[in-house]
Amino acid sequence: MTVKRASPALAVYALCAYAFLHLPLLILAVFSFNQSRFTVWQGFSFNWYAAALKDAQLLESTANSLIIAVVATVISTVFGTLCAYGLWKRNSRPLATSLYLNLVTPEIVTGISLLAFYQWLFRFLRVQLGMHTVILAHVAFSIAYVVIVVMARLRTVDARLEEAALDLGANEWQAFRFVTLPAILPGVIAAALLAFTVSFDDYVITSLVAGVNSETLPMVIYAIARRGVNPVVNAISALIFVGFGCLILISQRLQST
Amino acid sequence: MERVLELRGVSKHYPSHHAVNGVSLNLAHGEFFSLLGPSGCGKTTTLRMIAGFEQPTAGQILLNGADITYCKPYERNVSTVFQNYALFPHLTVQQNVEFGLRRRSGNHYAQRAMEALDLVQLAGKQSRRPSEISGGERQRVALARSLVLAPDVLLLDEPLSALDPNLRKQVRAELKAIQRRVGITFLFVTHDQEEALSLSDRLGVMSAGELQQVGTPEEIYLRPRTRFVAGFLGGVNWIDGVGVRPEATRIAKEPPGERPARPATVVQSTFLGNCIHVEARLPNEQPVLAEVSRLGEGFRAGDPVYVWWEPADELVFQ
Amino acid sequence: MNRLRAWFLAPTWTVMATLFLAPLAIILSYSFLTRGAYGGLSSPWTPDSYQRLVDPIYLGILWRSFWIAGLSTVICLLLGFPLALFISRSGPRKNLYLSLVILPFWTSFLIRTYAWMFLLRDTGLVNTFLQKIGIIHSPLSLLYNDGAVILGLVYGYLPFMVLPLYATLERLDQNLLEAAADLGAKPWVALTRVILPLCEPGIRAGTILVFIPCLGAYLTPDLLGGGKSVMIGNLIQNQFTTARDWPFGSAVSLTLMAIVMLLLMSLARRDAEDLL
Repeated sequence: MTVKRASPALAVYALCAYAFLHLPLLILAVFSFNQSRFTVWQGFSFNWYAAALKDAQLLESTANSLIIAVVATVISTVFGTLCAYGLWKRNSRPLATSLYLNLVTPEIVTGISLLAFYQWLFRFLRVQLGMHTVILAHVAFSIAYVVIVVMARLRTVDARLEEAALDLGANEWQAFRFVTLPAILPGVIAAALLAFTVSFDDYVITSLVAGVNSETLPMVIYAIARRGVNPVVNAISALIFVGFGCLILISQRLQST
Repeated sequence: MERVLELRGVSKHYPSHHAVNGVSLNLAHGEFFSLLGPSGCGKTTTLRMIAGFEQPTAGQILLNGADITYCKPYERNVSTVFQNYALFPHLTVQQNVEFGLRRRSGNHYAQRAMEALDLVQLAGKQSRRPSEISGGERQRVALARSLVLAPDVLLLDEPLSALDPNLRKQVRAELKAIQRRVGITFLFVTHDQEEALSLSDRLGVMSAGELQQVGTPEEIYLRPRTRFVAGFLGGVNWIDGVGVRPEATRIAKEPPGERPARPATVVQSTFLGNCIHVEARLPNEQPVLAEVSRLGEGFRAGDPVYVWWEPADELVFQ
Repeated sequence: MNRLRAWFLAPTWTVMATLFLAPLAIILSYSFLTRGAYGGLSSPWTPDSYQRLVDPIYLGILWRSFWIAGLSTVICLLLGFPLALFISRSGPRKNLYLSLVILPFWTSFLIRTYAWMFLLRDTGLVNTFLQKIGIIHSPLSLLYNDGAVILGLVYGYLPFMVLPLYATLERLDQNLLEAAADLGAKPWVALTRVILPLCEPGIRAGTILVFIPCLGAYLTPDLLGGGKSVMIGNLIQNQFTTARDWPFGSAVSLTLMAIVMLLLMSLARRDAEDLL
């Protein structure tokens, strides 16, 4: 069965489409090396990168973002993987529906509902908004992504393999641990990378439930961007682009194994 | 020989249909037993109930006298060779074979695994992955993986159906030889009657969830108890309520004399290489198929002929 | 197995129940309360907040959200389909081209929105460039309007349209196209009469994946629309921060949720839940 080849016109269009997708970011990155803060090229310079890496607020918020992302990722990956496995064995309509609902709920709604929830909760517990509230919120919206990715991987696993394991003397937990888990591990890692990027990048929900001392990098970037264009943001953007880009490339490689 | 496996009135009823209905059978120790039937007859479901992947809705399953009807698969000393082999893709051949051993206490895993691989003639490929070996080799790994656990009964779910047709005969012979050597009871499920006949000490024929007949290959083929069994094991000519196998149906241009023979007209003669199939029609429009040696006389469409058979070759049903 | 499975599902259930469903229940109840004197909540229970939504101002915001989301979705479809077609026909390099679509998507939505601020502002690249080559003499006001928001949304969600379209095209039986050609259909006819109809599931999925987030967008209209392009998301955020009218904000949120669910029920097929 031969696949039809793309016509030249289609190829040209694709080129334009890819340009549209990538040029804005490339331009952003290019201008991060611009000496001046104006959109006129005035010479190559690393000064904006230097400024970014020296800014205490930026560094602290990046650290916060990393901590939150790592903790939230670990939790949501573990929970989500176990959940996907359980659903794969036998579906639970209520749970699947909740997860689906979670995915389609607009971020702003998730955010304000969590804010309302926390404020209500704080009437009984003597706690405040802070890193922990952010982490919990991130877990809440990441799990569904993990479930989707791991589920997709599980669908490629032959259900007979676990039966064979049981047949050979393994109990249910051993069958999961020695047969299924190794088979889905690339998917689990890909899910973790996805959860990490989603968490690290989140602004809307985080801004609503973060406390005073738990500013994240997106919050700082937002504040700067709100005030207008600042090449420091360009520099940060380029760094994030490279960082995330690597993560996603790794994830793609993993998902194709 | 004592019974190693016993099924008593085992049924699997679903709301919509009965997959298995009241199946009872006994397997003797060391025998090669086949469950034969068309797809959907319930033979695989029966196998899965013996293995523990499905629970019967009625009946009992006993292994060496002990009731295992509701035991988990890993609590039964029964092992399965799956139709698609179900080899663990992330483990090597050797690790696959060792898998069951590692779930038990004890040692010498590697040694016992290698012995099993020797038995199936795969020594030398123990470090390969399942994706790196051929279909026939994978089947042997699955066999080794199960045999190394010395199960009381080895269940085989159509293990030859995924192989190339020209490979099947060879693998069949190897399978029989291995079974003889290890002396383990084999329960072999298939829809191919030639496989069942050539491999089995005894076989059981199933249809629509029920076990129609159990017996040796000769008994099943020559003395089928129902029309279904007769028709499934080979061709049958139905003439006036009596069944006669094509190879027992004699046909000639001259009447035999000592036997009453029916006149018929040849419709078609097909050369099959080792024999000739002659299709003829009786005066009452009933079709008859006779299998004749290619060394005898030839027949052409339209030839008037006579058809007869030995009474001993008649298939009679109770 | 059932006990093990229960243990496996329990953690996620707990998280869903406490950190998703319970919060939704809370704002549901809040939507029926009244705004307290200093922000916050007080009795009495009243459906006033919902009734306020019928005000022309808010209906206008609703309407704007719909047509911005709708237009963005249509543009994504028009831009995305040929791209998906290209990728499906690019032979051995399919994965590369697919990755090139996914790559920008995963690098910070915030930054990708900021990129357009950088390009479109009065002293941004586009204006500077156009002025330099003499097309215009004073900067165009490209930012802080509905158009900029649409551009930002299309840019942000195009991959969401391309991926399901590609998935459907991938699964297309090439024999069908060969049969069409054999029966005399020219390429354009084959495209409109065979390929497009068969892509309906992909178009459906892509539409859901683009329209719904666009409807509830917050960041894009906030940064690229300034205060000029207020969508539902901005309204909600406003009520929970500046205006401190939680009952009204809750009511708007729940209305948005209801709209989303209605859309899903009508657009999504049963097998859309195969996602999970």
